[in-house]
Amino acid sequence: MEKREHLDLYFQMVTIRRLEERAAELYQEGKIGGFLHLYIGQEAVSTGVISARQPEDRIITAYRDHGVAINCGIPARVVMAELMGKATGCSKGKGGSMHMADVTKNYFGGHAIVGSHLPLASGLALGDLYQHNPRVTVCMFGDGATNIGFFHEAVNLSKVWNLPILWLCENNQYGMGTAVERASAVPEIPQKAEGYGIPNSRVDGMNIMEVREAALEIIKKIREGGGPYFLEAVTYRYRGHSMGDPERYRKPEEIHHWQENDPIGIYRRYLVDRQLASEEELNQKDIDAQTEIDEAVQFAESSPEPAPESLYQDVFVEP
Amino acid sequence: MPEMTLIEAIRQGMDEELERDKDVFIIGEDVGKRGGVFRATMGLFEKYGPQRVIDSPLAELGIVGTGIGAALYGMRPICEIQFADFIYPAFNQIVNEAAKMCYRSNGDWTVPMTIRAPYGGGIGGGLYHSQSVEASFTHIPGLKVVVPSNPRDAKGLLKSAVRDPNPVLYFEPKKGYRLIKGEVPEGEYTVPIGPAQVSRPGKDLSVFAYGMMHYYTLQAAEKVAAEGIDAEVVDLRTLYPVDRETILASVRKTGKALIVHEDNLTGGYGAEVAATIAEWGFQDLDAPVRRLAAPDVPGVPFSHPMQDWFMPNPDKIAAAIRDLASF
Repeated sequence: MEKREHLDLYFQMVTIRRLEERAAELYQEGKIGGFLHLYIGQEAVSTGVISARQPEDRIITAYRDHGVAINCGIPARVVMAELMGKATGCSKGKGGSMHMADVTKNYFGGHAIVGSHLPLASGLALGDLYQHNPRVTVCMFGDGATNIGFFHEAVNLSKVWNLPILWLCENNQYGMGTAVERASAVPEIPQKAEGYGIPNSRVDGMNIMEVREAALEIIKKIREGGGPYFLEAVTYRYRGHSMGDPERYRKPEEIHHWQENDPIGIYRRYLVDRQLASEEELNQKDIDAQTEIDEAVQFAESSPEPAPESLYQDVFVEP
Repeated sequence: MPEMTLIEAIRQGMDEELERDKDVFIIGEDVGKRGGVFRATMGLFEKYGPQRVIDSPLAELGIVGTGIGAALYGMRPICEIQFADFIYPAFNQIVNEAAKMCYRSNGDWTVPMTIRAPYGGGIGGGLYHSQSVEASFTHIPGLKVVVPSNPRDAKGLLKSAVRDPNPVLYFEPKKGYRLIKGEVPEGEYTVPIGPAQVSRPGKDLSVFAYGMMHYYTLQAAEKVAAEGIDAEVVDLRTLYPVDRETILASVRKTGKALIVHEDNLTGGYGAEVAATIAEWGFQDLDAPVRRLAAPDVPGVPFSHPMQDWFMPNPDKIAAAIRDLASF
């Protein structure tokens, strides 16, 4: 990897972090309403995996989707505008936090019903198989989704039809407030893939280079016709499930323990230790990310609200 | 024009669409080698192969979810749900994904998907193989809902459904699969999604029906004609979007309205038709709007006496027509 690429990935991770920190503030100020699920702590997973895809490979994810949007190339200002429900957002204010998407970037969206997008991933991949397109669909979901029926039908289908899908489970330890071992009959989540005969492995989701290396190799295998693959990225969300989560299900020490292995810190050390980037260069990226987010907030705040009557638009597409 | 059964017309419609567009494919339980539980897809697997007539596991949400994904890809899936009763495991996919996709993406994504499902009672199917589910979907903007009542419309509406850029639910009156026969035009044609059709002009009262009940209503109209009652019959055909103009024009002409469906009464599609007439056609009415529907019980019972009690039929429809005509 070239230095430029490393710096870009680092920039993406810091941008996500700053974007979400600002989003949390704006939520508390009442400028973002509804529900807000922050990705903070998990940045290495999405950044690592999406850096390993080809632009034509598809990404589809659940509702914790702001970071994925940034990684897929949606500008921070467009994400921020959507969070505020503005007409300039990527869903023109119809979707909000959980519905970031951009078809031109092969980002098929955040999806708000847990697990509901997994069968859609099967369909996208079926399209590739049908058209003989050597593309891969990366379907991201949380540990909680592996307990829901959608998961089992979609994963079974993917194996039966040998679909080109990377099932990427982001195990952040909790489905809302319920720990994995309290919700999943098998706490070792890859066992579920094993049950369907799908090759699987686990990676440290706090370490972007490990995620990226694993994803590069897996995506290559899938593209060559290897069929579906299940990757568990072990990670942790620092913030609550959504804003307003009292977090009675975990202790602050647990959060601090994970924060010692912060994904941005790990990557920073990696880059400096190997002399792939200097502290000064990384500091500059920190500043650039902050500037990007400041501008994004300004853009979003000054963007117009959607016209009320635009709610009638796009119910159907005209034949 | 050749005469064929309802199911033959549906099959021919699928066959021609598969032939016309290689992006069209069929997916469902036993649609391939077995040719479908009712034989709707018979011969298509042999003709188009396993890539285009895909046998799925017993997994309705998987079938529909995969269909949506493939439709997002730009393909035109025809998903078969073996019995309409089995559509509920896929309800989330239809309501939360298919119906909202265009809206949430401001038209960037479309779901050109057809879901076919045989519905209705009268075949001894019992509680879980007899239901009419249309009202669960006519409430959902973003979906189109059609119910053909004759072979000509069945083929033409199916082709329109496959070519429509939006998700279309296509409910087939399974009791009529082989019972209902009719002429089908030769060569290429479609029947547009949207317009209802006056299938029997009359002057004394209007009867609105669709699917199997439309077939029965025509029979009932002939019965009462011999008694001097001239009923106008309107085949609604498309339930969503609602063809208000045709409904209101008929009421304007006759002044009386009866709606017939085999779904149960409360919250059924008849309520929407009645409300449409009450809201925009009140001044044309000479009698209260009437509905003839199945009783409000959780399902179609299995035993024949109970099933017969449950189902509207030509005699019951004729009685309802007489009653309204005498108002």
